[in-house]
Amino acid sequence: MAEISVRAGGQAGDGIASIGEAIARAYSRMGLHVFGLNAYQSVIRGGHVWFQARASDERVHSQGDGADVLYALDRTTVETHVNDLRPGGVVVHDPEKFAVDAKELPAGVRALGVPTLEIARKYTSQSILQNAGGMGATAFLAGIPLEVLQKVLADSFGRKKGDVVDWNLGASADGYRFAEAHASAVDRAPARGGAPKLLMTGNQAIALGAAAGGCKFLAQYPMTPASSIMHWMAAHASSLGVVVKQAEDELAAINMAIGASFAGVRAMTATSGGGFSLMVEALGMAGMTETPLVVVESQRAGPSTGLPTKTEQGDLNLMLGAGQGEFPRAILAPANPAEAYRATVEAFRLAESWQTPVLLASDLHLSENLATVDREEIVGGGVVPSLATVTPNGHGYLRYQYTDSGVSPRSFPGQPGLQYIAGSDEHDERGHLISDVRSGLPKWVSERQRMMDKRMRKLAGLAQEVPAPELEGPPEAPLTFLAWGSTVGAVRDALGELARRGVRANLLRFPAVYPLEPERLAARLGHLGRTLLVEGNYSGQFGRLLRAESGFVPTSRLVKYDGEPFYPHEIVAKALEVSHDGRQ
Amino acid sequence: MADSSARAPPTTTGPALPVVGKSDTRPTWCPGCGDFGVVAGIEMALKRLGIPSHEVVIVSGIGCSSNLPHFLSSYGFHGIHGRAIPVAEGIRWANHELTVIGTGGDGDGFGIGVGHFVHAMRRNVDLTYVTMDNQIYGLTTGQASPTSELGHKTKSTPDGVIEAPIDPIALALASGATYIARGFSGDVKHLADLVANGIRHKGFAFVDVLSPCVTYNKINTFDFFRQRIYKLESSGHDPADKVAAWQRALEWGEKIPIGLFYRAERPTYEDLEEVLQAGPLARQPAGIVDLPKLLDEFV
Repeated sequence: MAEISVRAGGQAGDGIASIGEAIARAYSRMGLHVFGLNAYQSVIRGGHVWFQARASDERVHSQGDGADVLYALDRTTVETHVNDLRPGGVVVHDPEKFAVDAKELPAGVRALGVPTLEIARKYTSQSILQNAGGMGATAFLAGIPLEVLQKVLADSFGRKKGDVVDWNLGASADGYRFAEAHASAVDRAPARGGAPKLLMTGNQAIALGAAAGGCKFLAQYPMTPASSIMHWMAAHASSLGVVVKQAEDELAAINMAIGASFAGVRAMTATSGGGFSLMVEALGMAGMTETPLVVVESQRAGPSTGLPTKTEQGDLNLMLGAGQGEFPRAILAPANPAEAYRATVEAFRLAESWQTPVLLASDLHLSENLATVDREEIVGGGVVPSLATVTPNGHGYLRYQYTDSGVSPRSFPGQPGLQYIAGSDEHDERGHLISDVRSGLPKWVSERQRMMDKRMRKLAGLAQEVPAPELEGPPEAPLTFLAWGSTVGAVRDALGELARRGVRANLLRFPAVYPLEPERLAARLGHLGRTLLVEGNYSGQFGRLLRAESGFVPTSRLVKYDGEPFYPHEIVAKALEVSHDGRQ
Repeated sequence: MADSSARAPPTTTGPALPVVGKSDTRPTWCPGCGDFGVVAGIEMALKRLGIPSHEVVIVSGIGCSSNLPHFLSSYGFHGIHGRAIPVAEGIRWANHELTVIGTGGDGDGFGIGVGHFVHAMRRNVDLTYVTMDNQIYGLTTGQASPTSELGHKTKSTPDGVIEAPIDPIALALASGATYIARGFSGDVKHLADLVANGIRHKGFAFVDVLSPCVTYNKINTFDFFRQRIYKLESSGHDPADKVAAWQRALEWGEKIPIGLFYRAERPTYEDLEEVLQAGPLARQPAGIVDLPKLLDEFV
């Protein structure tokens, strides 16, 4: 496995994300596997932001450990990141802005001063053009052919033509040539791969999956890190025929989506934990009225406003418990953009089949970071039939008819003779309230119980249909990781590293965290050796769920709640620790 | 292409489909409640317009008045407290051939749900929103509401309300509603006219109905209103004149106007939402027709 990581850092407003994305896209067009980490702060200008593009000839599942080329737009970047550079690494900087002393570099790391501002001045007085020269030099050092970078830059300007495009192409070539004349490239760069890959964020994959799953209505209120779902869908709303509504708040967003679903279109809302907290009451209404609904919960570090631009898996308890009373729900937890696409398609299918809310648990790490996807991984979805006309169930349509599955025939406004009232109050098979003048009367006491039983039967069906826990890696291993959601990525990378070190380990991952089907769970958990639960929250919320559902207690656990994603080396270190200390 | 005819409306040969009437559920309101007049007025308006019951959706939140959808034969959505309007908006945008009517009380619409009320009006969504304004919380047994008058003694304000009441008509004028009226439960025929014209109106139609609570509001009673109300249409008021509408909205005391305060033409949200120009969303194809082409943008 050959891999290389390029990191760029500076202040918010310096264009760091654009630099990082260009480098990441250059690698993905070279047919390499890429992971792009966009580390930013809740400021629009200033502060410190950085981006890392990791590329390899084998699949990469996280940002990885360490870097090889560091393009520093300011001194803070050098001070913050220089110790992450591997031997052979290079710091790219402009001596006109600040000097880099060889003494501050780790052993085997060099610095290359590139006159990026001077290059920019050849073309324009706009200093932002310095980035083009810096990118050119970085590309040379990082094994990216100039023409690949230039094509990426040209495409990023879209149909825009003229000076600005020419300046960027010229300056990037100047930077590239300068580096070529004054330094040698990092020798770790992987060789070009096959066909160009797709590069997308988790949120783009979710929006794409929603459209492919038949979503016709998305209502959302802006909140990091979920907002870019709305951005992608809004940009494609007309061509895909999806109504995108920025609502006045999350209360409105989820209620609008429920209204749209009730009236006959597949509908979704997306938010982060704070917005989801506002949606909780309506989530229960979707459960009670048996209205299909997909809700994306892209977690960030809480509690409260927390760390708005940092990741966490701290909302599992909230997702499990959201809403008063009890109603069936499912929670899917994809690990990367390809899985996020398929999980979103599946979320729409499950919501429609079981007429209940389905939650898609994402987090900032999945939602906002970039990863390559092969076209073959984008399966499912496509053209989706409009919702079918219900067949009336005899005289006097029963919207909430008692059935074995718990799923009852659903009609839509506009269909004659099938009118009913969808009620958030408890109701009988026809939808008539049993909450006021009937409540407490013996006949209706038992009807209430039957209606609860009917709804809750859907949970057992859902448990059979949601994706089962999957074992990855060797079937038998003395150590098994347990993980869900985006954390799975770093664990997969750690598995590779452990294998290279001769440590046998595998991964039991949970593409659906709820409901967990007891027999499946027992079959999977029955024969494991040492187990190490890895999750991104303080209390090990999934571990607690697992214990509640199965009695299973992992041997050890590694939790993280500092706002940062897991790094493979942290997981490797913990795995080695629990493997060698004889702990059972 | 998806089968977009799957949900096409049935062809209307054969007998006419039934229009909205009473359902087989009897209202559970207190005897003498103003809301009986409102459900009668809505039923009368829908009958007069001849809209088949399956093409009508009545949406409500929570409160005494929000039980209203159960008492008519149309589709209905009886949601949670304060959220009738966003549900109604979602229904309209999913199928803008439906007649969508929001109903609820003053607590639901001007208290917990006031944000949605304001935003729906600025959007000019083509809904009719009928509030049963009794200036009290009834179902929770008599607390102050956003429209309770200053000094009104209630269970939650034993020394009298110390907050100025919301003026729903003025709020609607400020928020951009394009049809603003006030009705009275004690004059069902007049109310039915206001509701029918509101349904016919293209845009957000707001009808605030003085609908006395006979159990918990001993101040704003049927007699209180009968002594004070007068009809705008017989007082020379021009509903196209927004300044005049503001002046009438400020009248609340010895004289209380009912009738149409304001009406204006302005494109609806549905008129301006590009995707809906291809017809009701519920009948448009779903999914992605050319996925490989769409994926090209990720290369």
